[in-house]
Amino acid sequence: MKLLEQAPLSAKFGMAIIVVYVIAAVFAPILAPYPQRAIVGSQFEAISAAHWLGTDHLGRDMLSRLIYAARNTVGIAVAATALTFLFGCMLGFLAATIGGWGDQLLSRAADTILAIPTLIFALMLLTVFGTALPVLVLVIGFLESPKVFRIARSSAMNVVVMDFVEAARLRGEGVGWIMRRELLPNVMAPLVAEFGLRFCFVFLMISALSFLGLGIQPPLADWGAMVRETAQLISFGVPTPLIPAFAIALLTIAVNFVVDWFLYKQSGLKEERA
Amino acid sequence: MARIAVLIAQRLGLGVLILFAVSLIIMFVVELLPGDTCQELMGQGATPQTLQACRAALGLDDPMHERYLSWLGGMLTGDMGISLANQRPIDELVIRRILNTFFLAGIAAAIAVPLSLMLGILAAMYRNSIFDRIVNVSTLTSISFPEFFVAYILIFIFAVELGMFPSVSNVHADMAFQERLYRSLLPALSLTLVITAHMMRMTRATIVNLMASPYIEMARLKGIRGMRIITYHALPNAFAPIINVITLNLAYLIVGVVVVEVVFVYPGLGQLLVDAVSNRDMPLVQAGALMFAAVYVLLNLFADIVSIISNPRLLHPR
Repeated sequence: MKLLEQAPLSAKFGMAIIVVYVIAAVFAPILAPYPQRAIVGSQFEAISAAHWLGTDHLGRDMLSRLIYAARNTVGIAVAATALTFLFGCMLGFLAATIGGWGDQLLSRAADTILAIPTLIFALMLLTVFGTALPVLVLVIGFLESPKVFRIARSSAMNVVVMDFVEAARLRGEGVGWIMRRELLPNVMAPLVAEFGLRFCFVFLMISALSFLGLGIQPPLADWGAMVRETAQLISFGVPTPLIPAFAIALLTIAVNFVVDWFLYKQSGLKEERA
Repeated sequence: MARIAVLIAQRLGLGVLILFAVSLIIMFVVELLPGDTCQELMGQGATPQTLQACRAALGLDDPMHERYLSWLGGMLTGDMGISLANQRPIDELVIRRILNTFFLAGIAAAIAVPLSLMLGILAAMYRNSIFDRIVNVSTLTSISFPEFFVAYILIFIFAVELGMFPSVSNVHADMAFQERLYRSLLPALSLTLVITAHMMRMTRATIVNLMASPYIEMARLKGIRGMRIITYHALPNAFAPIINVITLNLAYLIVGVVVVEVVFVYPGLGQLLVDAVSNRDMPLVQAGALMFAAVYVLLNLFADIVSIISNPRLLHPR
C-alpha cells in the first residue's frame, strides 16, 4: 500500500483508468443501458437523454456498445497476450535449458517469424484461416510469441548457468521442473513488465485488425470495428468515431504509464548510482 | 577491412536466406486453403472438365516444389500472375501502388527524422527538466495511440473544422507534384506523429547512455560547454546507433502505412493488400505480402550493415 502512495501521478492515473476498464468489462450487462446487439433507435441518432452517445449505423446504442466492447476487446487482448506468453516463455525456457541444436532451431525459427511484419502476416493468416475468435487469438499468440521468446530466453540464459540450476540437474530433476521451479521464479520481474508492454501491442494490433475488418466480427461490439462503422460521420463534423478510438488510446496510455513506473522502479537504483 | 567485408557478406547471405524462408512461408500458408485458384476463379458453376482444363493451363497439377519455383521466378522477374478479382496482371497494380506508398513514407520520414533527432537530443541535454518530462509523457502518449485515432483526429481538425486539407487523399499518376504533396500531407503527418515518438525516445536513450561514458565526463571536467560536448564528443559516436534507430523506424513506417492508407483511402500498397484480403484474392495477397516483407527485411538488413560499417572497432582492428 505504501508503494502505491509513492507512485508518481502518471502511474496512479494509469492504475485508476485500468480499474475503471476492468469494472466496465466485468459489470457490462449491469452498466450498459441496452444490450449490445439490440437495435434501439434509427441510424446515427444524435446525442440525447435516451442515447448519451447517440446511435451507430444500425441504430444501436453507442454507449452500451462502448461498455460491452471493454469486455470483448480487452478480454480477447488479454487472452491473446496470455497465449503469447504461454508459447513464448515455454519455448524460451526450453531453449535456454536444453541449449545446443534445439536452442539453435528454436531461435532461428523465431528470427524468421520476426522478419515478416506482424500486421502483414496476420492479414494473410486471417484470410486463410478465417476470422473466428479462437483463430484470431491463436494467430496473434503465434505471431507475437517470438518477441516474448527472445526475452524469456535471454533472461533465462543468465539464470541457467547458476549453481542452483546445476544442483537441480545433478539431483536428476527433469527439464519441466527446472523450467517451472528454478527458472520461472527468477525471471518474473522482467517478464511482468514485458507482459504489460506486450498487452499494449496485442491490443493495438487487434484494434487495427478490427478496424480493417479482419478482427473481432460484428455483431460483437469492438472498439476498432466501431471506429470503422461510424467513420463516415467524421466528414460531417461529428466526432463519434473518435470516442471508441479514444477508449483504445486511453487504456494503452494507462498500461504504458504503469509499466513505465514499474521499469523505472527496477532500474531506479542503478540510475541513481550512475 | 577484410573483416568488415566478411561480416557484411554474412549479413547479406543471411538476408537472402530469410527472404527465401519468408517466400516459402507465404507460399505454404496459401496451400493450406481449401480449394485452389481455379475453383475461386470459376465459382460454383465449374464442371470437372473446365476445372481440369484451367488447372492444366495454370500449371496447378505440377508438384508443389515446381509450382513454388515458378512462382518465385515470376516474382523475381516481375511476372506476378493475374489478380483473381479483376483479371489484371498483378505486377502492374503492385508497382504503381508501391511507388505511391514510398512517396507517402518518404514525406513522413522527411518530416519525422529531423524533428525526432532534434527533440531527442534536446531532451537528453536537459534531462529530468520540465521540457524532458513533457516530451517524455507526450511521446509515451502518442505511442499508445492507434494509428487510426491520430489520423481521424487530424481529419477532424484540419479537414473538417478548418477545411485546410482534403480528408480523402486520392492521388493519381498524372498529378502535379505540389498537388500530390498537398493531398498526401495529412496521411504523412499522421505517420509522422506515430514514428516521431519512437525515434525520439530511442535517440534520447542513446544519447543519455553515451553521456554517462567516461570520456564525456572527462570533457565535462575539462570545462567544455554543454553544446560543444554534444556536437563534438557525443554526436560522432552516436551516429551509428542513431542511423540504426532511423532505419528500424522506417521499417516500422512501411507497415504502419497500411492503416493510415485505409483511413485516407490513399491508393498505396497497403490499401491494395487490404482490398485483396477482403476479396480473398490470394495471388494478389501473396504478392503484396511478399513486397511488404521484402522491403521490411531489406531495411532491417540495411540497419545491420550500417551498424557494422560505422563501428570504429571493426574499422580499425588492433
